[in-house]
Amino acid sequence: MTALTALCTVLAVGALLIILSYIAWQGIGSINLQFLIDRPRPVGEGGGIGNAILGSLMLLGISSVIGLPLGIAVGVYLSEVGTGRFSGAVRFIVDTLTGIPSIVTGVFVYAVLVLPMKHFSAFAGGVALALIMIPIVARTTEEMLKLVPHSLREGALALGAPQWRVTLGVIIPAAAPGIATGAMLAIARVSGETAPLLFTAFGSRFFPKSLNEPIASLTVQIYNYAISPYDEWHAQAWAATLVLMVLVLGINIIVRFLTRKKF
Amino acid sequence: MSAAVENGGHGFGRGYSNWRRVLSPTGNTGDGIFRILMLLVALLMVAIVLAMVLALAADAMPAIRQFGFGFLTARQWDPIKGEFGALPFIYGTVMSSLIALAISVPFSLGIAIFLVEQAPHYIARPVGFLVELLAAIPSVVYGLWGIFVLAPFLRVYVEPALAKVFGWLPLFQGSITGIGLLTGGIILAIMVTPIISAVVRDVLAAVPGSQREAALALGATKWEMIRVVLVNGAPGIAGAIILGLGRALGETMAVTMVIGNRAQISPSFFDPAYTIASAIANEFNEATGDLYVAALVELGLILFLVTFIVNGIARLLVWNVTRKTGGVGRAA
Repeated sequence: MTALTALCTVLAVGALLIILSYIAWQGIGSINLQFLIDRPRPVGEGGGIGNAILGSLMLLGISSVIGLPLGIAVGVYLSEVGTGRFSGAVRFIVDTLTGIPSIVTGVFVYAVLVLPMKHFSAFAGGVALALIMIPIVARTTEEMLKLVPHSLREGALALGAPQWRVTLGVIIPAAAPGIATGAMLAIARVSGETAPLLFTAFGSRFFPKSLNEPIASLTVQIYNYAISPYDEWHAQAWAATLVLMVLVLGINIIVRFLTRKKF
Repeated sequence: MSAAVENGGHGFGRGYSNWRRVLSPTGNTGDGIFRILMLLVALLMVAIVLAMVLALAADAMPAIRQFGFGFLTARQWDPIKGEFGALPFIYGTVMSSLIALAISVPFSLGIAIFLVEQAPHYIARPVGFLVELLAAIPSVVYGLWGIFVLAPFLRVYVEPALAKVFGWLPLFQGSITGIGLLTGGIILAIMVTPIISAVVRDVLAAVPGSQREAALALGATKWEMIRVVLVNGAPGIAGAIILGLGRALGETMAVTMVIGNRAQISPSFFDPAYTIASAIANEFNEATGDLYVAALVELGLILFLVTFIVNGIARLLVWNVTRKTGGVGRAA
């Protein structure tokens, strides 16, 4: 039986290695400086993903500014403030929000932001990504705050500090590395999202000029190139995927390296 | 808080002081503000979920009024003729998810058993991390790989073999293109395996060591002992599988890129199909006319409600097992 369960594990790890090495093999050929800084051009004229890289970073910036503080605050509520049934209900809702399909989040943001504003925008895309981030950050923040020893809370309270100062000045700093880890994982997760951006950020073939207009992103660019009929665009899709994977796996591996002593 | 409401009749002062005590047991003004702020953020979470239901329901209203429950059972999806039936999408979504679970569950159990019960720590930790990395690969990347690697591989090697051996079943008849329900299911299987196996690992790790020792002490072999552990963790394992189902039901990009996107109900696994999420991803931006958009939003509402319920059930099952021993749910 050990052989059978080991085989399952080997196949899963094998699938990972096959996918990653295929991306590296297909992608590396099209990557050069021009590709990384240029914007998309018509078929046959080269072009690159510079605007998509910039767009993805801007979308991550917007979603982090909105999502990280809210997510951390919800985590603080769940760990430090909330008690009883209501906090249980909030925890349940946050957990279930994690499982809401991201395409539904996209439709929701389309309904409440894109329709009233009457156009796609980087802002709407950032909000959609933030909605995906909040529950992830909230739950990791809660777990990390709960790891802070109770004696620390009691000690600070015994010195006469009010609860808000204990939380902001003692508990959160003590859990800060763990909270940062959760934030990085959330950023890695949303940087690979495509579905919620289709009807919010939409995509663009130009460099972004403002947050109030459609904006390109690596993932949507990969999708559009992958389903196009042109070999040249397929090659660019693989190269863009390699760039995306370096970003996503890079964050995951850094987080693992930073937390290797704890888990 | 109910105490404050009940005391409302005793005059403003009494109710007010009760409110203050609830919000700030220490009587510190800063604490009161802090707790109110945190409470507002928590209420915001509840509000977001309610807003999702209301906004989707409002935008879907034209379709809900027009078709009623018939929307769920109608088989025709022809926007040009104004016919909108969700059954082909429901069929595609459920079938692709079931294919994914049928493949993924045995693998996930095997991985979790290997990593928790059999492998030494110096193997289990790095290998466990590698399996979890499968969950970090973005959906669109799976889709790209699916189009250019998996689909041709299935077309050339796997599907002809299946047709040869099981061709007498309607499931494995039909034209072999590499793009269809089976390919979508296999891609989904790869995507949910890290999720299911991670939760099963948590569940198995939460089964008390005394159960293992008792089984071994009674003369059980290692494998019989593992069966005892599996039986103990059964509700949590069920939760893990349902959690994987929730993920598979809502997965969008990878499936959209390999399932063929044709709104039909075909008995063959080789034929193109369409899922709810794929239909929204493909057609939402191009939909013209209120009814067409409303029908797509109603599909989104169905997906939201179904995944919310499925995830809720899964969370309750997993919580009940891991909370007893203080295990920490790791999976996203």
